[in-house]
Amino acid sequence: MIQIKDLHKSYQVGANKLHVLKGLNFNVEEGELVSIMGSSGSGKSTLLNILGMLDEADSGEYILDGFPIKKLNEKVAAKYRNEFLGFVFQSFNLINYKSALDNVALPLYYQGIKRKERIEKAEYYLEKVGLIEWAEHLPSELSGGQKQRVAIARALASNPKVLLADEPTGALDSTTSYEVMELLQGINDEGKTILVVTHEHDIANMTKRIVNLKDGVIVSDEIVNQKRVLQSV
Amino acid sequence: MFDIERWQEIFDTLKKNKLRTFLTGLSVASGIFILVILLGFSKGIENGVKSEFQRDATNCITIWTGVTSKEYKGNNPGRYIQLKNDDYNLISQKYSDYIEYKAPLYQRWGSTVTYKNETGNYNVRGAVPDYQFIENADISNGRFLNQSDIDEFKKVVVIGNNVRKDLFKDEDPIDKNVLIFGINFKVVGVFYDPGGWEENIAYIPITTAQRVFNAGDNLRNMLFTIKMSDNFSESVILSNNIARGIESDLKLMHSVAPDDTSAVRVNNTLEEAAKIYALIDTIAAVFWFVGIGTIIAGIVGVGNIMLIIVKERTKEIGVRKALGALPSSIIGMILQEAIFVTMFAGLFGLIAGLGLLELIGPQIQNDYLKYPQVNFNVALTTVFLLVFAGSLAGFIPAFRAVKIKPIDALRDE
Repeated sequence: MIQIKDLHKSYQVGANKLHVLKGLNFNVEEGELVSIMGSSGSGKSTLLNILGMLDEADSGEYILDGFPIKKLNEKVAAKYRNEFLGFVFQSFNLINYKSALDNVALPLYYQGIKRKERIEKAEYYLEKVGLIEWAEHLPSELSGGQKQRVAIARALASNPKVLLADEPTGALDSTTSYEVMELLQGINDEGKTILVVTHEHDIANMTKRIVNLKDGVIVSDEIVNQKRVLQSV
Repeated sequence: MFDIERWQEIFDTLKKNKLRTFLTGLSVASGIFILVILLGFSKGIENGVKSEFQRDATNCITIWTGVTSKEYKGNNPGRYIQLKNDDYNLISQKYSDYIEYKAPLYQRWGSTVTYKNETGNYNVRGAVPDYQFIENADISNGRFLNQSDIDEFKKVVVIGNNVRKDLFKDEDPIDKNVLIFGINFKVVGVFYDPGGWEENIAYIPITTAQRVFNAGDNLRNMLFTIKMSDNFSESVILSNNIARGIESDLKLMHSVAPDDTSAVRVNNTLEEAAKIYALIDTIAAVFWFVGIGTIIAGIVGVGNIMLIIVKERTKEIGVRKALGALPSSIIGMILQEAIFVTMFAGLFGLIAGLGLLELIGPQIQNDYLKYPQVNFNVALTTVFLLVFAGSLAGFIPAFRAVKIKPIDALRDE
């Protein structure tokens, strides 16, 4: 599903060049649930930006579902983002003046789907995350865990090939974090490929594979025994 | 541009951000509203002052005489200078190329005019046909004096509307005889004065007046209007030169000291008119200045609001981008929203301003403020200018915002 070969990325910081990613190689197969771990500055967010087509690598290859992602124009990038990827953010990033339902329906708007169908699909995914009763509520009326579940529903709405989660539990307490991870595990069980960036070991242990990043290189990449949320609680 | 889904999205956004929408709209609408009112009143003042001035020709040179105040060429001061027909003929001959209308005048204040049992004292003026145009007398009934009245010393009279009201009440005065100094005159016309000030007057032929008042060939006044060229300031200069020329000619003919200001007097209304027009122009300029200032303030206000809106929506833009929105669709959405709000509010302000002028315009009873009105095209242009400026002010930050990488926009806490 994702193939990365010799990926390099550096940033210009003042007069210095900061080499963030120093030749990464790894593959993700369909249906995997991978966590990318590392302390801050390890380059994990940069990697996620590149995977999410929000940023471009200096050199190296990135192939997503058979499509080489290189020098895309804005139009194609937007289309790929919409169709291939679903994003879940640490700070939820729901649009605060839109109801939960409208937030979930937004990626469908950019797919050019008609309003009626959008609402139906959005309702389906809200149901899936267990928040159908909260459909008409604004984000400010929801708890952190509920917001993240709405965000997950939104990420799923466009039926992407890969779900990218950037510290999805970073702003949540541990009980809620586990609920969110349980949801992600369930989605993964249905076959969706998920990448989670985190720095929490217990969260990482709930995935099937942990990639450790340090100073821009992969120090370890191992399949782990997935801890099911229900067992750990 | 017309995409129903896009509009739904925009209306959604506007509806859910009522305060923001309202404030943007308010600043645009009030700017346009104030401009319309200002321009309307500026026009109203112009109309008012112009109509005040309408009562007489604005390009009129009037000459009258008095007693000399200085000794000159062996003549003692205190000598009365009497204008004669010859003076009038000489002057009109000399300046005939520049003169439009000309009139000699012989008048008596407080002349008794009688019709049946009604009697009143009026200013009886001996005049000529041209005088109608100099005084801007509107004939409501009958006719003004004509050349045959002058040539044949006819005993006819044209009376002012006030004279008609006093003497004839509701009766039709035409072809009735009135007594002036005990002599029968036939009423041939009634006139209104657009300024309304000079209706206590009766005009008789100048030749008849000189006979009736035993005046020989004496005149009291001479009036000339100067042909106007397209260039107003040139006309002012020309008429000033003519006025000065006439003054020195008359002083020469009557042996009056050139610096004697009381014996021969020349008044040039065009000079006065030039001052009034300059004043109107100044007032209009001030209103425009204030109006444009208001519009600039409005533009800055709209621009400011757009900046804040885009700033506030940076995160939302990042989210939309991450969800697969094209940069162009985001800019398009923000612009369309801005144009819709400013256009709607601008037209609202325009209609409110025009409505107010329509409503209170006719109620205004003031000599110097009449029929306030606005050039619709000017007002509409300003609305579009404001819309354009508002969109531009929205476009720049929106363009910058979509250039920010979504992750940066979203990370920014």
